[in-house]
Amino acid sequence: MSTESIAWSTPQVAAQRPVVERLHDWVTTVDHKRLGILYILYALVFLVIGGVEATVLRIQLIRPHNDFVSPQVFNRMFTMHGTTMIFFAVMPILFGFANYLIPLMIGARDMAFPRLNAFSFWLTAFGGLLLYFSFVGGDGLYGAGNAPDVGWFAYAPLTSKTFSVGHSTDFWTLSLLVSGFGSIGTAINIITTVLCMRCPGMTLGRMPLLAWLNLTMAGLVVLAISPLTAAQLMLLVDRYLGGHFFDTQAGGSAVMWMHFFWVFGHPEVYVLVIPAFAFASEIIPVFSRKAIFGYPVMVAATICIAFIGMSVWAHHMFTVGMSAAGNTFFVLSTMAIAVPTGIKIFNWLATIWGGQIDFKTPMLFCVAFLFQFLIAGLTGIMLGAAPFNWQLGNSYFVIAHFHYVIVGAILFTLFGAFYYWFPKMSGRMYNEALGKLHFWLFVIGFHLTFDFMHIPGILGMPRRIYTYEPGRGWDTWNLIITIGVFFQAAGLLVFIGNLLWSYRRGKVAGSDPWDAWTLEWSTTSPPPTYNFATIPAIKSRRPLWDLKHPEDPDWQYE
Amino acid sequence: MSGRRKVAFAVVHIHVLIALVLGGAAVPAFAEPARAPWSPTNIFAPVSTPAEWIFDLSRFVLTVTAAIFAVVFSLLVYAVVKFRQRRGSNGREPAQVYGSTQVELAWTVIPILIVLVLFLAAARVIASIQNAARPSNAIEVTVIGHQFWWEYRYPSLKVVTANELHIPVSDPAHPTPTFLTLLSADTDHSFWVPRLAGKTDLIPNHPNSTWMDPRETGLYLGQCAQYCGTQHAKMLLRVYVQMPDEFDRWIQEQSRPAQISDTISEGQKIFERTACINCHAVRGTAANGRFGPDLTHLMSRDTIASGAALNTPDNLRRWVKDPSVIKPGSKMPAMGLSDPDLNAVTTYLESLR
Repeated sequence: MSTESIAWSTPQVAAQRPVVERLHDWVTTVDHKRLGILYILYALVFLVIGGVEATVLRIQLIRPHNDFVSPQVFNRMFTMHGTTMIFFAVMPILFGFANYLIPLMIGARDMAFPRLNAFSFWLTAFGGLLLYFSFVGGDGLYGAGNAPDVGWFAYAPLTSKTFSVGHSTDFWTLSLLVSGFGSIGTAINIITTVLCMRCPGMTLGRMPLLAWLNLTMAGLVVLAISPLTAAQLMLLVDRYLGGHFFDTQAGGSAVMWMHFFWVFGHPEVYVLVIPAFAFASEIIPVFSRKAIFGYPVMVAATICIAFIGMSVWAHHMFTVGMSAAGNTFFVLSTMAIAVPTGIKIFNWLATIWGGQIDFKTPMLFCVAFLFQFLIAGLTGIMLGAAPFNWQLGNSYFVIAHFHYVIVGAILFTLFGAFYYWFPKMSGRMYNEALGKLHFWLFVIGFHLTFDFMHIPGILGMPRRIYTYEPGRGWDTWNLIITIGVFFQAAGLLVFIGNLLWSYRRGKVAGSDPWDAWTLEWSTTSPPPTYNFATIPAIKSRRPLWDLKHPEDPDWQYE
Repeated sequence: MSGRRKVAFAVVHIHVLIALVLGGAAVPAFAEPARAPWSPTNIFAPVSTPAEWIFDLSRFVLTVTAAIFAVVFSLLVYAVVKFRQRRGSNGREPAQVYGSTQVELAWTVIPILIVLVLFLAAARVIASIQNAARPSNAIEVTVIGHQFWWEYRYPSLKVVTANELHIPVSDPAHPTPTFLTLLSADTDHSFWVPRLAGKTDLIPNHPNSTWMDPRETGLYLGQCAQYCGTQHAKMLLRVYVQMPDEFDRWIQEQSRPAQISDTISEGQKIFERTACINCHAVRGTAANGRFGPDLTHLMSRDTIASGAALNTPDNLRRWVKDPSVIKPGSKMPAMGLSDPDLNAVTTYLESLR
């Protein structure tokens, strides 16, 4: 096969049709690109809602004994913030990018199961609505409603009928059940697509890292969501059918809920962070102008992380009184994760090494990611040492640590991915100056908030408290943390403004604005419904490099 | 300075700043653990063996992670500054490098060794703390977590009290550690007094234990560290570490029944006539409820409402009148007492010394 078979398609001219018809197209679509964009837009709405909830939390904590909101409202806000961000913001955004990019990057015309794809999206969307409907229906049908206030990991027996009256916990349970089925549908779709839909010449060893990493992520979703779904069903049985799985007053076990939740909850961290690694693994090489360093090792490290990641869950439970042997095992498995994770950081570093770094907005976010993920990993080692965890666990240090992962690593690479693929999705360039402004506002806000958040944790401030006593040495830090939130909020507004403005007014991007190497850049921006006029055939991991450098193609070396 | 170079330096600067801030935060805490605590709940100011061992381990972990940070951070900074795109590169691509087995091996094996060392260090501390021998002269206390207060029972000393734990100081030469059995009456809680020991959860149907042997007298603060409901934030911990004779005297006083006059006061009548006695006990009287704190020696405590307010007559009256003013979501209901009744009950409570 020759590289000539990658044809540069010509852009289509979309005829303007009535709004209702176009909306109907979106609602009934089974096109992976449209579903991807639906996922992303839907998740962006929830990202903003979750951000507003976080802002409420931070205003309440700006000084000791503040009374901006009542304890009840505060408890609902942190429950909704956590649940929204994990299940209805970050996960759907990542699914959206996976949906949009995987077929394009492996040279396919759609996902393996387009209708399952649409079904999964609408399940997830319905799950999010169900969660927020609790504000209206949480107390039953008598008017007043309440969001759940049991925390995003909803420890038993706080979720039992005794302690959680009304239906707020049911809305929480059902929304996660429903969206969980959506997630499993998407995961099965991703696995099948990656395994069965690759274009001629694309062996597993030539897949873009993004496809490999999302394949691993999807495998983790199937393994991790199942116990969560089981636990939610058991909780429903407890609440409505007189079961006693978690009912401690009838001999049930609160600790069993913890195991069920975290055997989902920790792999979930990798479900979120592995796609973030995927973005970094695509963006960093292009903006360093070098091939990814150690491709096979990157794949191996990812699979290794996924495997070990399934056996570390009880490091969330070092304080629940496991035996010394149990604690010791989970210290070892937790620390072991540092090895493949370290390998990844070093490989990205080696990719930059000797390159020509172009600090466009996507790369800025990825460079910040490298620094921040390094710190997140190191505080993770601290928390992984069980005795140290007995002090740091459930304190603001933990909050700082996992926001360093979820914001500092995942959200940062996500922003990078937005800027990187926005020209492909919309056909227009974003505004580079606004992108940089967004970056700097967000970097400043992020570090003001989450660097200083480690300190009150070390000084003994537990999480999930709606107020605190003066004289504990926490006041100044909390003030700084809250100030940082406003920088982040401003950054987010600039980001959304940039997307909206650029969608209408941005420069036309062309097929390949970054001079990149993977297949999505070989078709038009935005791609036609069928993605490729002729299915491409490839000979290396970087088919467009081969096309652009016929004198020195990759396939000579791989 | 070119635009690109400025960006590269700015990225680096902000991260150097972070390094300094994080490092700077750790340094003063290391310098003088006991005397410069920064905060009454600083985990790096231990005064008891488990907290001390954890502190030693954390110093080791912090040193190792700081070293890793310094190396990787420097490499990243170097790479970002050195390999930025320069003007006049003529659009020529840099040399393409696909990988190197030796290098990959190096950065696999070295981390494995580091991880092993950290693991062994942690494993040793886990075993030392969790398998610590319980000497025969150890003080035994049962801690029961309630929404949103702490019950303390000294089974062998016949003392029941609430919210303010008293334990003796432990002389390192002749240790008298205190062993706590941790139970919960309702939801999950967590016992965390950072300067004395790491936290351990109180889980219904799942007894836990922890121990401490403070070597300095004083008041040590902490609070519930596992979300337990509306007033999780005001489930504060106060541990009074006393000299042995002082502690013995306290036990003496606490183990006596309530010291009340022979004539039953008006306040006591109201107390025993209303729902107060469903939840509260005053030993030596008809009140023997167990849902709320034991009030037999209420006035020997510095605070009420699990540390949420000082135990002053004024606060006591406000609390009895409507607990939700001080602690919204508290399980104690407002009894709707008339002003004269309220005064009488408050006077009665003030007599419980």
